Amino acid sequence: MVFILNGRQMDVSAQPDETLLWVLREKLRLTGTKYGCGMAMCGSCTVHLDGQAVRSCVTRMQHVEGKRVTTIEGLSPDGTHPVQKAWLTEQVLQCGYCQSGQIMQAAALLAKTPKPTRAQIVQAMNGNLCRCGTYGRIVRAIERAARGEV
Amino acid sequence: MAIEISRREFVVGATAGLTFAFALDLGRVARAAAQSAGLSPNVWVTINPDDTITIVSAAVEMGQGSMTGMPVVVAEELDADWSKVKVIPPPGNPAYGNPGFGGAQITAGSRTTRSFFTPLRLAGAQARRVLLDAVAAEWNVPVSELSTEPSVIVHQRSGRRISYGDVAKFAKVPAELPKMTPADLKKPAQFRLIGKSLPRVELPDKVVGRAKFGIDAEVPDMIYGAVLRPPIPGSGIDALDDSAARAVPGVIDVIRLPWGVGVVGTGFEAVHKGKAALKVTWKKGARAEGYDTDQLIGEYAAIAATLSKPGLELHKEGDFAQAWATAARTFSAVYVSDHCYHATMEPVNALARVSADGTSCELWAPTQSPGINQLAVAGVLKTTPDKVTVNVMLLGGGFGRKVEQDFVLDAVLLSKATSKPVKVVWSREDDVRNDKMRPLAAQFLQAGIDADGNLSAWRHRIVGASALARLLPPVYERLKGKDEILIEGHEIAYSCRNQLHEYLREDRGYDVGPWRAVGAGYNKFAIESFIDEMAAAQRVDPVAFRLRLLAHDARARRVVEEAARMADWGRKRPGRALGIAFSDAWSNVASVAEVSVDRKSGRIYVHNVWAAVDPGIVISPDNVAAQIEGATIFGVSHALQERITISQGVVQQSNFHDYQILRLADAPDVRVKVISTDNDPTGIGEAGLPPAAPAVANAVAALTGARVRQLPMLPERVLAALRA
Repeated sequence: MVFILNGRQMDVSAQPDETLLWVLREKLRLTGTKYGCGMAMCGSCTVHLDGQAVRSCVTRMQHVEGKRVTTIEGLSPDGTHPVQKAWLTEQVLQCGYCQSGQIMQAAALLAKTPKPTRAQIVQAMNGNLCRCGTYGRIVRAIERAARGEV
Repeated sequence: MAIEISRREFVVGATAGLTFAFALDLGRVARAAAQSAGLSPNVWVTINPDDTITIVSAAVEMGQGSMTGMPVVVAEELDADWSKVKVIPPPGNPAYGNPGFGGAQITAGSRTTRSFFTPLRLAGAQARRVLLDAVAAEWNVPVSELSTEPSVIVHQRSGRRISYGDVAKFAKVPAELPKMTPADLKKPAQFRLIGKSLPRVELPDKVVGRAKFGIDAEVPDMIYGAVLRPPIPGSGIDALDDSAARAVPGVIDVIRLPWGVGVVGTGFEAVHKGKAALKVTWKKGARAEGYDTDQLIGEYAAIAATLSKPGLELHKEGDFAQAWATAARTFSAVYVSDHCYHATMEPVNALARVSADGTSCELWAPTQSPGINQLAVAGVLKTTPDKVTVNVMLLGGGFGRKVEQDFVLDAVLLSKATSKPVKVVWSREDDVRNDKMRPLAAQFLQAGIDADGNLSAWRHRIVGASALARLLPPVYERLKGKDEILIEGHEIAYSCRNQLHEYLREDRGYDVGPWRAVGAGYNKFAIESFIDEMAAAQRVDPVAFRLRLLAHDARARRVVEEAARMADWGRKRPGRALGIAFSDAWSNVASVAEVSVDRKSGRIYVHNVWAAVDPGIVISPDNVAAQIEGATIFGVSHALQERITISQGVVQQSNFHDYQILRLADAPDVRVKVISTDNDPTGIGEAGLPPAAPAVANAVAALTGARVRQLPMLPERVLAALRA
């Protein structure tokens, strides 16, 4: 099955009903994308599919074929995407498990809405759970990235 | 928690009634594992010839920041250049045992900083002294003429300088290490690293997806495993039809385990599909069959309030009965709290590789208890703990869940049965249904106020199952039933000369375990709600009432005053109200919550929380703030909506759709003031949670007059209180 993964064409042997999450983690060994719930309730597995934030745990490979997938590993070549930098500046992360998904969700938001209001941030990020309770810092980091202060 | 445990006392309770007992012979366990080409003055530090310094973290990293904070403490006294420090997680080895757990290697109970602060300072100072002594001998100068700058030794008189790395090229670790005492340590004013908010060391890897959590572990030839456990814990297998499971593509084998049925295969999806296809008839008669939380809440509440039923005495001071009988005014109330689920974002998982002869094992796991893992695995493999290598991975949340051994033993037994490395990852559903939940608890509180308005009588009765009796039976025995996990936080800082605290254990056949702030979560909810009820009945301001009862305790008063100041306590806000709560569990923390209530639906909205904390000497102010922010959100989440219900022994929730943890839209803004004082550091990973729920409850009562005495404060419970 052929698709573009982090800018490179990929040919992976996968069944149409396999989920993108486990193909990424087990077959392509990109473990930055996390399993959290398997039912699109937590957002830990968020990746970009043709630029849109999607939950890879419910995205079947048949819907990935021929498309562009970006994971946390490919968000920027050297980890310097403004969202990643803002995340470090604000020291957002605690355990960090949900944060690949949070960062991918935030990056998709800013790509579409470079200057989001607080309400837009809350709406965009509400599907991403964080058990450590880093929500306040997530909002601050997105606002920082939007201001370009990274 | 304040459990005193001796290393030899450990008994590891596994699942399904299996219990393994060990006596760990420390003499046979190899010393530190951090050795390399560099100079290792002790188990914590290796100074490498290239000027880098490797420091072993005293704690596993589960988000609490200890993997930065503890090495900072070592580096401070070593006078290391922090930019050259490389931190590694602790290997499973008793050499890294936590003094706060009697030397057992466990990261839990907010005991890392508190227990390791001085030992690690001494270790850092010792390493520095070894370097100084080596240079003094080499240069033939008195050691007293040498001083250090970050990672450099300086001889002021001659102007000579040498980097730590260059010292490591010739220095030897002396046969007898220099003995350090607290007098050899820096004064707080000399700290260069402690007190600075240094960035957390592992975060750069976490923002690019490179950080390795337990679930990311991988070894060659690894296969995957999943385990089906009975819906009612403790039920044995009556009949198993695994034909459909074996037919699932990717399933390799189906293996019976003492506590369920294992499925191994080529990937997570295959083994979990296989697990779903198992047809099992479970035997009837498990003890947990009759476990019903809706019923238990009422039963426990009744037991708590039945004063003729004696409890185990936890604390007695003065004469409660006499003070109660002579009080000018008396108060009584019952508080109850439901079970809660840990909901670590990373479900429990482990990768085990058991040797071909079955007598040794290498483990990769997101574990809070590497030392106990060694004991537990050695127990099932009938070998010794030193034959069990534990690679500690990052934890995607711990909160007490990952001190357990169940997920580790799944992987070990499946690896043993298949002779392959097996990685077991529980599905979210497995994780919810087979959690070791926070105990369901009921409290009965009685208090008397004397004619002068002082608190003259205080009685607290706690009813719940014991976590300690399951986890550490010998410790439970030695403490004579005082389950320090369950009763945590029952102590009060408030001045009262006549107190009686009791614990009434109920054993109804369902496992409970430590959770973030465990007992302090519900005990402080009860205590702080009750204090507010007393203030309200006397028409005394709740802040003023607390300050009066804390007149003898300046540190406690200060956090109460500070939280009130931050919240602008006296200011009225239309449609909203404030509530305050104080907790002395781990660290002094006061929190003020600002809420509104939808009186039609009964839904509570928590808009803001202001918290002040005094954890003594602060290693990283920003990390303390982050922990209090996070624990506050965690606390509000469980206060409003987290509840596991169990009906006829079966957990009714399964995933985040029916066990909702707080989302961003419902999360309050949390502002934290960190007050650093010259006192020994205390724990901060849990301290922010206990005041959150009572602050919310008190704010709801201030706004509506309705007192909700039950966690979580679900809308229907708020409506019931509004009608009451």
